[in-house]
Formats: sequence, C-alpha cells, structure tokens
Amino acid sequence: MTTQNPIESSSFKDDLLNIYPAKVARKRAKSVLENNPDVPEEIQANVRTVPGIITQRGCTYAGCKGVVLGPTRDIVNLVHGPIGCSFYAWLTRRNQTDAGTDGENFINYAFSTDLQDENIVFGGEKKLKEAIREINQLFHPKAIGIFSTCPVGLIGDDVHSVARDMEAELEDKVNIFGFSCEGYKGVSQSAGHHIANNGLFKHVIGLDDTDNGGKFKMNLLGEYNIGGDAFELERTFKDLGITLVSSFSGNSTYDKFANSHTADLNAVMCHRSINYVAEMMEKKYGIPWMKVNLIGAEASAKSFRKIAKYFDDAELTKLTEEIIERELAEVKKVRDEVLPRTKGKTAMLFVGGSRAHHYQELFKEMGMTIVAAGYEFAHRDDYEGRRVLPTIKVDADSRNIEELKVTKDDARFKPRKTEEFLHKLDESFKESGDELMSDYRGMMSEMQKGALVIDDLSHREMERLIEIYHPDVFCAGIKEKYAVQKMGIPLKQLHSYDYGGPYAGFRGAINFYRDIDRMVNSNVWHLIPAPWDKTAPTLTAGFVA
Amino acid sequence: MLLRHTSTEVMERQAVTINPAKTCQPVGAMYAALGIHGCLPHSHGSQGCCSYHRTVLTRHFKEPVMAATSSFTEGSAVFGGQSNLVQAISTIFTVYNPDIVAVHTTCLSETIGDDVKQIISAAGDEGKIPEGKKVIYTNTPSYVGSHITGYSNMLNSIVGQLAVKGPRKDQVNVLCGWMEPSDMREIKSILKEFHVKGVVLPDVSDVLDTPLTGKHDIFPKGGTTLPEIASMGSSKHTLALGQWGAEAAAITLDSKCKVPFTTLQIPIGIEATDNFVAELSRVTGVPVPESLKAERGRLLDMIADMNQYLYNKKVALWGDPDTLIPLVKFLRDINLVPTHIVSGTPGPTFKETISSIVPLANVKNGAQADMFLLHQWIKNEKVDLLIGNTYGKYIARDEDTPLLRHGFPILDRVGHSYFPSVGYKGAMRIVEKILGLLMDRQDRDAPESKVELTM
Repeated sequence: MTTQNPIESSSFKDDLLNIYPAKVARKRAKSVLENNPDVPEEIQANVRTVPGIITQRGCTYAGCKGVVLGPTRDIVNLVHGPIGCSFYAWLTRRNQTDAGTDGENFINYAFSTDLQDENIVFGGEKKLKEAIREINQLFHPKAIGIFSTCPVGLIGDDVHSVARDMEAELEDKVNIFGFSCEGYKGVSQSAGHHIANNGLFKHVIGLDDTDNGGKFKMNLLGEYNIGGDAFELERTFKDLGITLVSSFSGNSTYDKFANSHTADLNAVMCHRSINYVAEMMEKKYGIPWMKVNLIGAEASAKSFRKIAKYFDDAELTKLTEEIIERELAEVKKVRDEVLPRTKGKTAMLFVGGSRAHHYQELFKEMGMTIVAAGYEFAHRDDYEGRRVLPTIKVDADSRNIEELKVTKDDARFKPRKTEEFLHKLDESFKESGDELMSDYRGMMSEMQKGALVIDDLSHREMERLIEIYHPDVFCAGIKEKYAVQKMGIPLKQLHSYDYGGPYAGFRGAINFYRDIDRMVNSNVWHLIPAPWDKTAPTLTAGFVA
Repeated sequence: MLLRHTSTEVMERQAVTINPAKTCQPVGAMYAALGIHGCLPHSHGSQGCCSYHRTVLTRHFKEPVMAATSSFTEGSAVFGGQSNLVQAISTIFTVYNPDIVAVHTTCLSETIGDDVKQIISAAGDEGKIPEGKKVIYTNTPSYVGSHITGYSNMLNSIVGQLAVKGPRKDQVNVLCGWMEPSDMREIKSILKEFHVKGVVLPDVSDVLDTPLTGKHDIFPKGGTTLPEIASMGSSKHTLALGQWGAEAAAITLDSKCKVPFTTLQIPIGIEATDNFVAELSRVTGVPVPESLKAERGRLLDMIADMNQYLYNKKVALWGDPDTLIPLVKFLRDINLVPTHIVSGTPGPTFKETISSIVPLANVKNGAQADMFLLHQWIKNEKVDLLIGNTYGKYIARDEDTPLLRHGFPILDRVGHSYFPSVGYKGAMRIVEKILGLLMDRQDRDAPESKVELTM
C-alpha cells in the first residue's frame, strides 16, 4: 500500500468536509490544506473545537499539571478539585525519573483535595490549607505546586493567596506556588503549557545562583522523558562533556529548575510547550536559545552540531563529529536491516504540538512517506514558522492567558555571546540550512509538497483519511489507537510510545526503526480474513456447478 | 522503592487524599451509557474530562471508546453552556448519527448550574433532535460520591427516561452494577441456561470487546437496544446487582412502572451467585438448571482439592463496594483472610457490611480511604496477596507481594474483559488466578530441597 495522494486534496477536502453541517464545514475548511513547503499557506490553528466533535484534545489542566510539571520528581503536585483530575493524571504520562535509591520522588503519588459539595458551596480554601499542612507533615517536600481545576476558578478559591499564606505559616521552608490552570481556559492543553511556564518562571527559575561548574552548560527545554528519552539524550550530552544544568522537565528536579538560569544556552525541543520559558530567560538573563530536534538520527546529529557551533570550541567540535560517526555507524546497521521492509510505506501523524513534526524525520530515515500530518494543540507558528508570529490574531481564548512582562535582571543578566558572534553563527546556520538562533521554521517547510496538513483532526476526518489513503501506519494517541487498529492499520502512540522507547537520540532512532518495522510487518493484520471468507466464493461456485 | 515516602506510622488526615481508591462520577456515567446500543455518550464540560474518561476506559478495555464533549471555554463557564450543548447535539446527529445521545454533566457545568434538561428540550424545540432519536441526561457532579455514583446515576436516568410502563411481559430485568463486558456476557449466559427472557442493562458486551475485522463501527453491534429498554417497564421483576451501582435504577423502575425488584450483590463467589441463581429461579418459576448445579459442583471440587494453598492467607483489597462485599465474603468462604480493605466510594453501610463478614479487618471507605492508608496498614501487618486495580502494582513491588488485578482500572493486563469473574465460572477463574499467584510464589521462594513437583 504505497499510494501517495491518489486524489487531489481539494476534492479530498470536499469529501472530508461534506460530513459536516455547512457552518462547521466552513470553519474546518480553514484547518485543512495541501502543503506547499516553499511558501507555507496560512492554516487555522489554536481555535476552539466545535462542540460535539469527537476531538483528540484535552484541557488546560492536562497541559499544566500533566505535561510540564508532571515529570519533576521532587515537587508535590497537589490538585485542588474533585478527585477525578488528580486520578487521571496519576502516572499516566510515562515520565520516567531517576531518583537514585534515596532521592525524593513523588512521581508515583497522586495528591488531591478531593473537593466535596460542601467545599463547592462554602469554598475550598480551608481544606486546601489543611491539605498543605498534612503534606508538609507527612513528606516535608521542598516545594508544593497547587493546580486549580474547573470548579476552583468558579467558586473563587484563590490558590495564589493560599500559597503565600501557607509559605508564611509553615515553619519549614517550603516553596508553595499555585497555577490557575482551570480546564475551561484556552482551547486545548496548550494554554496550560503557557500557564506552567509562567509559574515556573515566576516562582522557581533564578532562585539559586550557585555556579556548579562545567565548561559547556545548557538547558534542554521541551523534553519530557517519555519512555526514557531524557536518559538517552543525557548519555550523549555526557559523552560530549556538555553539562545539562536542567531539563524542562524530563527527569528534572526543583533544584535544577532553580539553578537553570546559570546555563549558557537553551536548546528547545518542543517549541509549542516551552518556547515561553526560552524567550523569558533570554530577556531576563541573556541566555540565547536555539531550536533543536533530537528525534531522528540525522536530525540529532544536526542538532548536536548546532550546539557545538554555538559553544565554538575546537575540541568539542571534534568530539561531536567523533561521537556522531560512532553513533551513526550503529544506527546505520539497523537502518540497513529494516529499510528493505519499510521503504516506500506510508505514514500519517496527528499528535501533539511538536511530535507530528519531529517524528517525520524518523519515518524519512526509514524511507517512508508522510501522506498527512497535523497537530492536536499547536499554534500557527508551529506549522508555518515563527515568522508569522506578528500576524497571529490574539482571540478571546488566548487573551485570558497571562503574558508575563519580563525585564532584564540587572544583577543576573549576562550576555553569553557577543552580538558579532551570534551574527556570525546565524550566517553559518544559514549556510548549513539550519534554523537561526531564536527561530523555528515550523512543520510545513519540511513536509513534502502536496501532503495534507490538518489541524485538530476529528475522529470522523481520521476515518475518512484512512479509508481513502490506507496508510501503513498511523501515529496518534490512545483514544485513536484501537479505532484505527480495528480498521486493520497499526497505530503508533506518540504520546506514550505504546510503553516502549526511548525514541530520542541515536539509540532512540534504533528503537523506533525496530518498532515500526515490527508494526508494519506484523502477521496479525494478514490474519483478519478467515479461511472461510477467502474460500467462500469458490464453495458457492462449486455448488452452482 | 517506588513508594518510598509512605511511612509505617499512620497519621489521621482531614484534607488530603493520597493515591485515591476511587475516581469521579462522569466516567461512570460514560461507561454505563456505552451499554446502550447506538449510544454516543456526551460529556457536558471541558474537553479534558471527556479526554481523560475516554483515555482511562480505552486503556482498561484496549478498545475504542467513543464520546463527545461540549468543549467548554472560559466564555461558556461564564455565560453558561447552553449554546455549546445545543450545537453539540446538532453536530452529533449530523456527523455521527447515533440512535441516542446520553449527556452527563461535570463539576464545571454543575457548579455554574446549567439546567441540562431545559437545554435538551430547547434543542428539541429548535429541531436539533431528529425524529425518532433520543437525548437523555444525568447529573454527575464530580464532587459527590465516586465513579460508582455516576454509573448509578446514568443507569437510573436511562430507565427513568426511557422505560415505558406497559402490560406485564414474561421477562425479567437484570440491572448490572459496575462489571466487565465478560461479566455481562456471563449473566446473559446464565439467563439462557434458565431459558428465561431477560433484559440486561447496561450491556457493554460486543461494545467493549469487539472483534478485529478490518472495520470500525462507532456504534458496535452490542448494547441494550432502545426497544428493550422501553420494555423494561413491562417486565415482571427486576434483579438489581449491586446496592451502590444498580439499586437506584431498580427503585425508579418500581415507582415509575410498578416493576418489583430485588437488590442482590454482584454474583461474585459462591454465596452471591447462589443468591442470584436462587432468586432468578424464584421470580421466573424455573427450577435451577442442571448445568448450573454442575458448574457449582466443579467450583467446590476445585476449592476442596486446593484448600491447603489458600487456608489462612491474608489479603488486602481496594475497589468498589459492590465488588468488594461479595469478594470479601467469597475469600472468607474459601478460607482466605481479608485483612485490610478500603474503598474511596462513600456509603454508610459499607463498613458495617464488611465488618460483619470479617470483624477483625481494617476497613475504611469514603474520605481519605485511599491507597496510601491501605499501604500503611500493609506495612503494619503484612499480607500474602493484594486484590485490586493496576495501581496496586507499586505496593506489590515495594512489599514483594503478589497482586491479583481485579476492578477498575486495569491498565497493564488483558483478560478481564474476556473472562468473567461473576457466576460459578467466574469464581473458578478467581480461584485459579489466586492459586496461580500463591503457588508461583511458593515455587519461587521454596528452598531447593523443598521444591515440589506435584502440588
């Protein structure tokens, strides 16, 4: 099944959208287009999902607690609300962590104020305060994050003032901070990422000025250690002699966040979820940022080279090339092995705010074609590139998410590089075809011409896509997985990796090649037609004769 | 240690719940609604609720779980969700064309006070509900009760809004408490053995255990049909399986359609299955079929043969009242010792009922009856076996104690949706699994000189 765009996407678009009432179809039409990598067309993104549509999207709380703060092991994440929100975010995102044998690790715990009807009527602040006292008494954590769920905002509980009061009240030194991440804010998880970024920036980043040493110091942003991705990347950074001051937030700790402003570079993986922190740290502390993609062996090699160029050290440059050569040799062995079985096959990716872009690299390395892709909660800049940022209309749903006013911190601001160096660096990135500093070119510029780009794909659209294009593998999340597989197409979850991974970095690429090879070549899909289905016509013919 | 911060010393808590042994109402409503044929559950609230509920159900069943959402924004939270729900109803019937939409609320729509009944009727007036199609609703504020309450509320609303009083029919209703598709299939198979006509509600068999065929139906072939549900008002009797999950709906059927009912436990284990079978025989006048008698005998035979491996083994359990009560009784019947039991689901009779079966056990339900407390109890008094949902695997590993997965959610194993734990057959499966765990442990732990070939 290697069909590529068998029909014109304009007629596909009609076919896809004629299932909707006229008004819905008109709205959806702006989120579906045929890709032109040279001049990416404007796509509608980060807008409300039509009520009643079966959507992939979740809520602001999920983006804040689940995605950004979830992976940090030593902050107690206290969910203020009825029990469900805490329950569903309990260990469900596969954020691995290494706390050693005696480190603090609250990842395996769920904490909730379990609000009851009397709290909804009379307010939940008293219960929240008591919960914080109990947590402090039981666990003595360094920090407690309070996460507001839908009813909290409505009943007027002020989690921020509770946080301040409790910090003052407790004898132990505990950093307590609140997040107004009620589920109804924004239009998807994305608003929650922004709120989480703001909270970390206001309450944690910059608290510890200790210089812990290291020749090349950087932070890795937008990496969440799903399936051990961070562990694999840490391995290569260690080999390179690069110190990861902090990650945001895979395998991270409170202390590392607090110290992260001592780094000299921010490398951004998932632009959507964390670009706010990168920008704010640049303004306040003078840390330049660059976009990297450590998904895919070639993309990883490219990104490590970019980082080496930034640090501008002959030894590091040499070492980077040696390590890339060493790692790619291992990668090549497996790629050569799977390539004959994966080449020419097709894939679709509908996931996340960066993964649908990044994972295209891995498929390309396997000789597979991306027929269609789109994000679940991204914004236009993630599709079209940051050049469109000034033209993005701020609508009512985005306006209510706080934009922090960030100014230079005179005591801590330190230019890491001269203007002249950064200019030369950009020139060299231009030459090598890389993104410049502080830039992200988005998904569309790297997708082939004519491929379909669809934002916030609905269930019905997904079924039509599969019926028409029969991709060899579909990438999305758990809610899509089994519907697609019932249709006889394997689905790779790119949120949870189907409990496999890591997929980042060099060894991650090897794991991904093997997993996709297994999925597209698994016997089970060929067993669907039963023998009697296959032989039935012959039998009938026999009777007729 | 995975749960390295769990201390042995138990501190009385008033406010914080740690590692809950329950979740919230709407997921139960969504689950119950999936047991109606041709039904699209609809979550009236933020997108996250619907996403989380679909996710946990999908992970538990490894099956597609279809449901829609009102996709609230801040504007809807301020001005009310009426336009969201009306538009949702219109979109759903145009795009997915279900027979019925079952709306449940969330803490958000409950807190702002959306009148869902009125909104649905407005949608009807605006012509958004096609002829012959149904939209029902239930109120499921997440800050009251638990997922079981939500399940019960939806079940209650289904019969309350769809059952029709009519001339008595020679059929019985079986209202299922929260159980697996495999269990509902087994209940139907017991009815078949009796040769009685029954309506089983909800019925998620052939909805959440569908075959791989190369085709996906948003509305699979299973589920109780609308005509069947309507006819429940004409049945001669209702058996409600589970006081927490099913009794409210039985009371509604009685008061609305004068169908008398008996509340029974979910038929887990010998006694609860005996009671179900005996009551079914009594209300239908059909003697207990020989096949079931033989099944019961095989179960007892198996227990007698293997009693030495079960005797006096201590067990810790967590889960839902309707499941825990018959399960604890069954464990006692086969000489295991339920020692620590928690359920996050509130209810005044739980503790009393459990304590009447196991007077010496630690029992708590409702507020702060969570898995953190259970783990602390276990640290104070070790057990030989854990029975509960997947979250127990962290305790199991830390305490090096085998875990029998039972309840909701089971996120890391398959089988629960295919093989029942109700009826005599289900009891055999429970015993088989317990024996497997305890005897594997004996095989693993025995000194080399003590390894037994025959057991």
